[in-house]
Amino acid sequence: MLLGPSLALSAILFSLGVAGVLLRRNAIVLFMCIELMLNAVNLSFVALAQLHGASGYVMVFFVMTVAAAEAAVGLAIIIGIFRHKQSVDLGNINLLRG
Amino acid sequence: MTSLVWLTVALPLAGFLVNGTLALRRPAAKDLVSFVGVGVLVGAFAVALSVCVQLWLHPPHAPIIVNLWRWLPVGALQLDFAFQVDQLSAVMLLVITGVGSLIHLFSVGYMKSDPGYARYFSYLNLFVVFMLVLVLGSSFPVMFIGWEGVGLCSYLLIGFWFSDKVNADAGKKAFIVNRIGDFGFMIAMFMIWHHLGTLTFTGMVERAPAVFSLGSGVVTAITLFLFLGCAGKSAQIPLYTWLPDAMAGPTPVSALIHAATMVTAGVYLVARTNVLFALAPLSSTVVAGIGALTALFAATIGLRQYDIKKVLAYSTVSQLGFMFVAVGTGAYTAGVFHLVAHAFFKALLFLGAGSVIYAMHEAYHATHSHADAQDMRNMGGLRQHLPVTFWLMLIATLAIAGIPPFAGFFSKDEILAAAYARGESIPIFYVFYGMSVIAALLTSFYMARLMAMTFLGENRTGEQERPHLHDAPLVMTGPLVVLGIFSALGGLLNLPRFLGGGGAMEHWLEPVTAPAARYFRLEMPHGSTEFYLIGAAVAIGVVGLVAGWWFTSRRRTLPASESPEDTGLARVLYRKYYVDEIYDAILVRPLLWLSRVVLWKGVDQGAVDGAAVNGTAKVSRGLGWLGSRLQTGQVGIYVVLFLVGVLWILQTVAG
Repeated sequence: MLLGPSLALSAILFSLGVAGVLLRRNAIVLFMCIELMLNAVNLSFVALAQLHGASGYVMVFFVMTVAAAEAAVGLAIIIGIFRHKQSVDLGNINLLRG
Repeated sequence: MTSLVWLTVALPLAGFLVNGTLALRRPAAKDLVSFVGVGVLVGAFAVALSVCVQLWLHPPHAPIIVNLWRWLPVGALQLDFAFQVDQLSAVMLLVITGVGSLIHLFSVGYMKSDPGYARYFSYLNLFVVFMLVLVLGSSFPVMFIGWEGVGLCSYLLIGFWFSDKVNADAGKKAFIVNRIGDFGFMIAMFMIWHHLGTLTFTGMVERAPAVFSLGSGVVTAITLFLFLGCAGKSAQIPLYTWLPDAMAGPTPVSALIHAATMVTAGVYLVARTNVLFALAPLSSTVVAGIGALTALFAATIGLRQYDIKKVLAYSTVSQLGFMFVAVGTGAYTAGVFHLVAHAFFKALLFLGAGSVIYAMHEAYHATHSHADAQDMRNMGGLRQHLPVTFWLMLIATLAIAGIPPFAGFFSKDEILAAAYARGESIPIFYVFYGMSVIAALLTSFYMARLMAMTFLGENRTGEQERPHLHDAPLVMTGPLVVLGIFSALGGLLNLPRFLGGGGAMEHWLEPVTAPAARYFRLEMPHGSTEFYLIGAAVAIGVVGLVAGWWFTSRRRTLPASESPEDTGLARVLYRKYYVDEIYDAILVRPLLWLSRVVLWKGVDQGAVDGAAVNGTAKVSRGLGWLGSRLQTGQVGIYVVLFLVGVLWILQTVAG
């Protein structure tokens, strides 16, 4: 049911996420784009699970759990950076420059 | 016609999308926002009304399931996203869309000068969407979407003025406390799936009696976990602390979410799963006991609050306690009846308080004063300045105090009578009855105090502010008048038999409560006992009102800035028995300590940063140092080592 459109939507969302990560400089927007990619993958998992059985759904729960943990750590890092630099613009964050 | 019920959800959803877009693009288009925001609710109400009329004309024997799409096809779990239209969800449907429409209309006036107007209406529309999903859902997971969704909207609207940290914190508190309850809901859901193999309500009613024996451990555990969810959402002990703080949101939000609809979701859940609670008499007793305790406890705190909204908040917690006494007693109709009556009179009280605050705020705004517009000590004598609000709030006060013939009298009397009747088979219900009676007495006491401090006596607002005090515009008083009519006449919904009514709601809800009635039969008192109970209930209401009025007007109240601090018991009540402080000391601070000292300083800085990150660096540096010791730079030693090595290799190869 609706396999083609679901996969197409998933592909579009994923590309949007990739484009966002490559083009945007705001750390929070970047972060949201990563979430977008994760959820695009979730969508294709769910869509394909209708053909190939429930393991796709199970995978989605793993992704969600990892995404939640990643969000907690990532946001904490962003807050930490903001406290140091008063900015979340990635252009200003270049501590590792040689 | 009933299949159109999805429109009641779709209309507010469309309203949310339109208003949400406007909030981002054209926040100044307030006329369009109000038209859409209120229009979709009125539309939803019209659809709900036609659905209910249909149901009234052709009462179905089984719930009508409106299947929208297949949602979760996973192995044995084949779940549809479906709505269930039956007598119980019809009642909730009317209350939510009806009272919701009135409160949306009131908000047009109350929020008119707020810069976040469009954002406010988009959240409010979204709330109605989720609330309707909650009551219409035909299975636990669909209901859970609504359950979580209303929690989200509640969070967004409590913290609506989020630039003030207090408001943002109140939103967070509501959200976090509700997580504890949701944990219970989910565990219960898993257990139901495990034992019944179904998650739909119709399947539950069908299979539960065959699977669970009366009073078995499993069904008791399931219902207790479910009740944990209810205690979170409906603000019962020990999870009630978020509701009074939730008053940080705009007042119409308090009326809609934190009085009339969302907080009653727990009562609805118990009524919906009545067959499980009937099979677990122990759980039902716990529900009634917690309800009675909460009703009494919250009512005592309400006695000494000065913030007009805080009094109403504790009153809501207390009235929700009454509803749980009803559903715990097995009087599901009485619980739902009180839910409906409470939605009318408490929404009226909150909106009335809203117009008082609105008037006070305008007056203080005009003179650039920073006095507290919600503190009742700054009010007094408002009857002359806000006559419409006064008379309407008086109706609501009489209703909540249980004075006949107003709505609250019939519903509260039925709850008290039911608790008394249950005492015959389970004696501890006599204790619950006694607690509820005292709570009812305190209810009319604090309501009389609220009315006397706000509207009677001499005005304490201030000389310059006084001329600015006046009733709110028609868009705000209009909804109040409608709610006033319903608060006065709501009792007709379930007029008892001795007054010529047939217990209309009792009869109406019978198909829903029938499964429970088989195991948890309740014989309501008749004849002289019934009249004694009614007489006692009315006497309590009158005594409380007179005492509250007398104790408040006997002493001169001073404006907030001149009032001395409370002492003794009054102080303990004013500080809400220090429960927030106790929770802070035994839960919040140990958790912060654990995060700060153990997890941050110990695990993160010590183990991760110290051992793992800097540790590996130190180890490789140490190994490097060790290796560098071997290099002496003396060619002679290199030759000796080379020789030893060659000999060793030759020896292994040859040997």
